[in-house]
Amino acid sequence: MKLTVNGTPHEVSVEEDMPLLWVLRDELGVTGVKYGCGVAQCGACTVTLNGEAVRSCQVPAADLEGAEVTTIEGLGTPDNLHIVQQAWEKHQVAQCGYCQSGQIMQAAAFLSQNPNPTDADIDDAMSGNLCRCGTYPRIREAVKDAASMLQGA
Amino acid sequence: MSRFGKIARRSFLIGSAAVVGGVAFGVYKAKTPFPNPNLDDLAPGSASFNPWVIIDSDKITLIAPHADKGQGIFSAQAAMIAEELDVALDDVEISFGVPDRAYYNTAAMDAMAGYPMYDNSPAAERMRGVLGGVIKLVMPMMATGGSSAIPDSYDKLREAGAIARETLKLAASQNTGVPVDQLKTEGGAVLFPDGSAVKYTELAELASTIDPVTDVTLRDPKEWKILGKPMKRADMVAKSTGTLQYGIDFRTEGMLHATVKMNPRQGGALNSYDASAAENMRGVKKILPVQNGVAVVADNTWRAIQAANTITFDWGPAPYPAEQDDHWHTLAGAFSEEFLNADARTVGDAGAAEGTSVIGEYRSPYLAHAPLEPLNATVLVTDDRVDIWTGHQIQTMLEQRVADITGHDVENVHLHNMFMGGSFGHRLEFGFVDQAAEIANQIRGTPVQLTYSREEDFAHDYPRHITMGRGVAKVKDGKVNALDVQIAGQSVMKSQMGRIGMSLPGPDAQLHEGAWDAPYFNLLNLRVRSYAVENLAPVSSWRAVGAGPNVFIYETLLDEAIHAAGADPLMERIRLMGHEPSVKVLEAVGDMCNWAGADLGNGRGRGVAYGFSFGVPVATIVEVVNTDDAIKLEKVWVAGDVGKVIDPVNLDNLAKGGTVFGLGHAMNCEITYSDGMAEQANYYDFEAMRLNQCPEIEFRALENGEKIRGFGEPPIPPSAPALGNAIFAATGKRIREMPFNKHIDFV
Ligand code: FES
Ligand code: FES
Repeated sequence: MKLTVNGTPHEVSVEEDMPLLWVLRDELGVTGVKYGCGVAQCGACTVTLNGEAVRSCQVPAADLEGAEVTTIEGLGTPDNLHIVQQAWEKHQVAQCGYCQSGQIMQAAAFLSQNPNPTDADIDDAMSGNLCRCGTYPRIREAVKDAASMLQGA
Repeated sequence: MSRFGKIARRSFLIGSAAVVGGVAFGVYKAKTPFPNPNLDDLAPGSASFNPWVIIDSDKITLIAPHADKGQGIFSAQAAMIAEELDVALDDVEISFGVPDRAYYNTAAMDAMAGYPMYDNSPAAERMRGVLGGVIKLVMPMMATGGSSAIPDSYDKLREAGAIARETLKLAASQNTGVPVDQLKTEGGAVLFPDGSAVKYTELAELASTIDPVTDVTLRDPKEWKILGKPMKRADMVAKSTGTLQYGIDFRTEGMLHATVKMNPRQGGALNSYDASAAENMRGVKKILPVQNGVAVVADNTWRAIQAANTITFDWGPAPYPAEQDDHWHTLAGAFSEEFLNADARTVGDAGAAEGTSVIGEYRSPYLAHAPLEPLNATVLVTDDRVDIWTGHQIQTMLEQRVADITGHDVENVHLHNMFMGGSFGHRLEFGFVDQAAEIANQIRGTPVQLTYSREEDFAHDYPRHITMGRGVAKVKDGKVNALDVQIAGQSVMKSQMGRIGMSLPGPDAQLHEGAWDAPYFNLLNLRVRSYAVENLAPVSSWRAVGAGPNVFIYETLLDEAIHAAGADPLMERIRLMGHEPSVKVLEAVGDMCNWAGADLGNGRGRGVAYGFSFGVPVATIVEVVNTDDAIKLEKVWVAGDVGKVIDPVNLDNLAKGGTVFGLGHAMNCEITYSDGMAEQANYYDFEAMRLNQCPEIEFRALENGEKIRGFGEPPIPPSAPALGNAIFAATGKRIREMPFNKHIDFV
């Protein structure tokens, strides 16, 4: 099937039930997206699919024909950080960092739909993303800061 | 027989740690540095002044050998070198380097000298010095653990930076005739009195020809430009852009992906299996035996996991009780002389002390480490050498184990240590690397990445040890007069060391850590005893190890006693406390939340707890509110004393993250066994804390302690009892068993 990842078209031939996560990581070599649980419990595998945040471990290849996928690598780069990534850097959010690709993709998709969230909105949007290191206080600060930066932008 | 071999035949006990070897060689030998491993393949024209600094004509490389599991030590090590070397972190490369005994850890042994970590008497210091020396002679182990990376690095790395700086100045002086004492350094260059400068990189070739200057003086912290100031971690941008490569992200030409299935009754036998369905599945390359299990090698991780799930097994029984209740029964029956691990502390006579009795029994369950990156290791075995790409906390020992599996000389086994997506003690274990080596050794020439499925990771975690506490307190005249704390647990050190073929002939100090050394010196009557059982589920060090369960037991019993006495939970702790830095953390946390002046109103409660672990006193206050029928965590205040703050930003992150970790597991998590298998298989059974449950947390760092300490673990122990004590204050309900959600609901 044909899909576009971070603006680059790809053609892959895999089983219909292979999750997007593994298409990205093991077929296309896009490793910013992480495997944490495989069962929609951790959010480490979050990417956007046609603009919506999804758990890539839950999206079968069969649904990918013509899809536009953006992973953390497509959001921004070290030399050209997305606003959410700037906020993450400013607040020094990461510890081990393994969850952070998913956290940032979730936050970016959420803020693009709700640019002026309340604290309760943030809690609702971000609670599906586990952080075993417990960086939640900084995630909250960074999301709020990114929201105000987006509004100023 | 080699000298090492001869020493190894003797063994003696220091404190609770068995150390193989003798002190006969004298500390002077222990002080002689190991050869610098960077010199082995140093390019011509490059200079390496010591194991931590390499400079060539185009770059400066700082070696940060301690493993980074998320605690930020990669960046902190480089900062310590850079402070003395006068380079900006943006202008250097940082590398984990190659595993070598030159990077052996002495600070990790400090906790094992048999003295409380606040005891800096000459006798205690002498014993720590001896231990460090012995370790260097017989088993110079490169390891990261026990919150020891900061204390281990603090002097060594600043010295390494200063040595490099002074040697570069000497080279500049020799080149120009300007005396060394007229030279300054800044921004990676030597500055001359006339304002001109020469870059370190330009001096590298000349510097490589002169002997390093070793007589250096470290700068006064008042002069620090990097350390002690808010830093930007060197790994932060990479971790925010998906560009940091963890072990699981390693890719190389021709690499295959594997997974394993091992007996979920840990340590039980594999009787037989049928992999015929897996063999013909798409992408499957090989089905291979590994010790007590089976590996599937495929061209994609998902395909390997799918195929492995079709294999049927006949597994042998577990070598421990099959049902969880029997684990608790075993502990309940262990409070007797037969199982005595240590009479860890006796002050006065807790048994005979007068007063009204307060009695409690406490339980702390098994807990999985479950770092977010599942266990994985990539190995390439060829006839000449072995390469391993994984994140591990005991690097040199890992290379030796792999050498034993593949039959190579250890010199030809090369670990490339990788960033870890968490560990919490998980990556002190070797099983997953052993299995990756076994697989790769059967397909020599092909690199293979072994990845555990999340379910396999849970099934094969060696969890935190199970602990039961029994306590009797006596209260009299509005004060706590006595505490008798008895702790029975599965011996974590015996279990863990047993898996690497080592024995622990002495008592296991982890079974009373955090209780025997709690510096409540004004408590007139105290007894702390610990009891050890073996043959329960195999267990391993879990962040904060023994202090986690023990501080929960001690501080809950103490809180019950204080309430029974009618005293103030914070003021009575301060009254009992006899260690000045600990008094200060209690006062600080009380000040932060306005303990005395706060009017909480109905349904709200605050609990305080104190924990001493890894040399660090920490005090935590939790405030909860009892909403309709569930408890909500509102706010937490934490104060800790690390002696000297290296990076206030990262320290704050560790304090809050550690508190979330301690609270989340206390609220929501346990591993239980049924039919010999862990009943929890994925995060839906083991959520710890999610963002919606996370309270606001405030942290204050203090610097009254005499020594610099690490903070990866110390925030954990007081968080659970502070929460339990807060729930009591808000509801009148005393919870003596973790996880608390077995007894009360949380919002
Ligand atoms: S890996 Fe997809 S949600 Fe955890
Ligand atoms: S930073 Fe480690 S899991 Fe979130």
